[in-house]
Amino acid sequence: MAAPLGTGAFTEETGQEKQDTQEKEGGIPPERAEEAKLKGGGPNLGQKPGGSDFLMKRLQKGRGGFDSGDYNMAKAKMKNKQLPSAGPDKNLGGGDHIPTPQDLPQRGGSLVTSKLAG
Amino acid sequence: FLGAGGGNDIQWCFSQVKGAVDDDVAEADIISTVEFNHSGELLATGDKGGRVVIFQQEQENKTQSHSRGEYNVYSTFQSHEPEFDYLKSLEIEEKINKIRWLPQKNAAQFLLSTNDKTIKLWKISERDKRPEGYNLKEEDGRYRDPTTVTTLRVPVFRPMDLMVEASPRRIFANAHTYHINSISINSDYETYLSADDLRINLWHLEITDRSFNIVDIKPANMEELTEVITAAEFHPNSCSTFVYSSSKGTIRLCDMRASALCDRHSKLFEEPEDPSNRSFFSEIISSISDVKFSHSGRYMMTRDYLSVKIWDLNMENRPVETYQVHEYLRSKLCSLYENDCIFDKFECCWNGSDRQVDIVMTGSYNNFFRMFDRNTKRDITLEASRENNKPRTVLKPRKVCASGKRKKDEISVDSLDFNKKILHTAWHPKENIIAVATTNNLYIFQDKMN
Repeated sequence: MAAPLGTGAFTEETGQEKQDTQEKEGGIPPERAEEAKLKGGGPNLGQKPGGSDFLMKRLQKGRGGFDSGDYNMAKAKMKNKQLPSAGPDKNLGGGDHIPTPQDLPQRGGSLVTSKLAG
Repeated sequence: FLGAGGGNDIQWCFSQVKGAVDDDVAEADIISTVEFNHSGELLATGDKGGRVVIFQQEQENKTQSHSRGEYNVYSTFQSHEPEFDYLKSLEIEEKINKIRWLPQKNAAQFLLSTNDKTIKLWKISERDKRPEGYNLKEEDGRYRDPTTVTTLRVPVFRPMDLMVEASPRRIFANAHTYHINSISINSDYETYLSADDLRINLWHLEITDRSFNIVDIKPANMEELTEVITAAEFHPNSCSTFVYSSSKGTIRLCDMRASALCDRHSKLFEEPEDPSNRSFFSEIISSISDVKFSHSGRYMMTRDYLSVKIWDLNMENRPVETYQVHEYLRSKLCSLYENDCIFDKFECCWNGSDRQVDIVMTGSYNNFFRMFDRNTKRDITLEASRENNKPRTVLKPRKVCASGKRKKDEISVDSLDFNKKILHTAWHPKENIIAVATTNNLYIFQDKMN
């Protein structure tokens, strides 16, 4: 039984790939080759693709987000520092940057008529 | 089907293109849904900015038999606005995910439009006359001095320039915790369903403060979550039957007569996987992005990342046909995962009710779109581009060269523009007219007449 992906059982799967080479032209099936590229280059994936973390991220898709806890922590840190200049920051609410009204993405900009109707 | 004509082959020609020419696309202008109404006279688009634009086909000019009527702007309105969920500190996008038309019952037209959280019923009506000749008001609306009124008259309706008004008649809100991906009107024309990642709700078009939950796949412990609902649709003829697809490539058919909560499917459609082909990407690319019943209701079509599958409702263990949309991408999955393209949700559609042809259509990258003829088993790749702008000139088929020596006129996989994606296409319900949405433009193609 193949062990779950990304848990270091890669060698087991390579064994299976070698079996496949007899059937497939040019060696490893394309999907497996792509998988090898992904594991070779990037950070440890660690999770099953269908695993809950992956799906949870999908469920929570949403722009912006404000965490009052983060905000107050950052404010406390900033007490003795100079506030960073407010440039556009996509990562709102997280990290040290305290969002200001100027940072928020323009909302209601679509009150302009659609160009399809132009 | 390579545009060579003969028999019933359709020869597609450019007809119109709507939208801005410049490459700098504002996010609000990204088209997110396209839908013809039941007669095909109206064509609606929704965009990321929450706006709906409706086009109307010109009445055919009897003397101009070489082309069908053009589509011109009929109405445009702001359907949804951005909102903020204060409880969860999350923005609710105004992007229109789906538009579905109601069949026409009277002079007005009705459609349902939805964003991630709220569905709205819009009434689109025409006003071509107005009352004139009030006794107490001037024509410009100012009140007359009552002491100057010496005679009485009966106000009459006089013709005016056509005005098309859109008004929201029902707002169906607060029924979805997760993001709505589908709405589907029942064949009873009284109810409809809305589906989010984990739940499906049944509504009555007249009632906004109540909704029945008919599917709930949320596990008691969210850690055990393994799949989400990706699309749902009512059967075109059977008002108690609907299907929903999942991120794991399965489709479940449910019958509302069986129980109030349809958590147990009546049928489960799943193609067995070849275990030797399994990879990290297998589940991601098997996720179904769209499901559509055929007009007869005998078949349904699903779209996953690389293919279109046709299923016979009588056979659950495998599709009856599989069409490869862009198989050459299988060896690019790593890059497509890194640039997130692997999560693109392509839609698919059947041709209209013309019985002579049985064709399915779906989009791809580089502004290419594909059609598969189920009768002849031939397929074609066409491009939505302003370079093919001459009306009545047949579109030239495109070909992607997967590997090896690229022939003249072919385009190599590495030259494909993955930012130019055609996710939304629609086929006129009766005629061979198609609407194809690129990122921010809407193309209309027709078949060459005579």
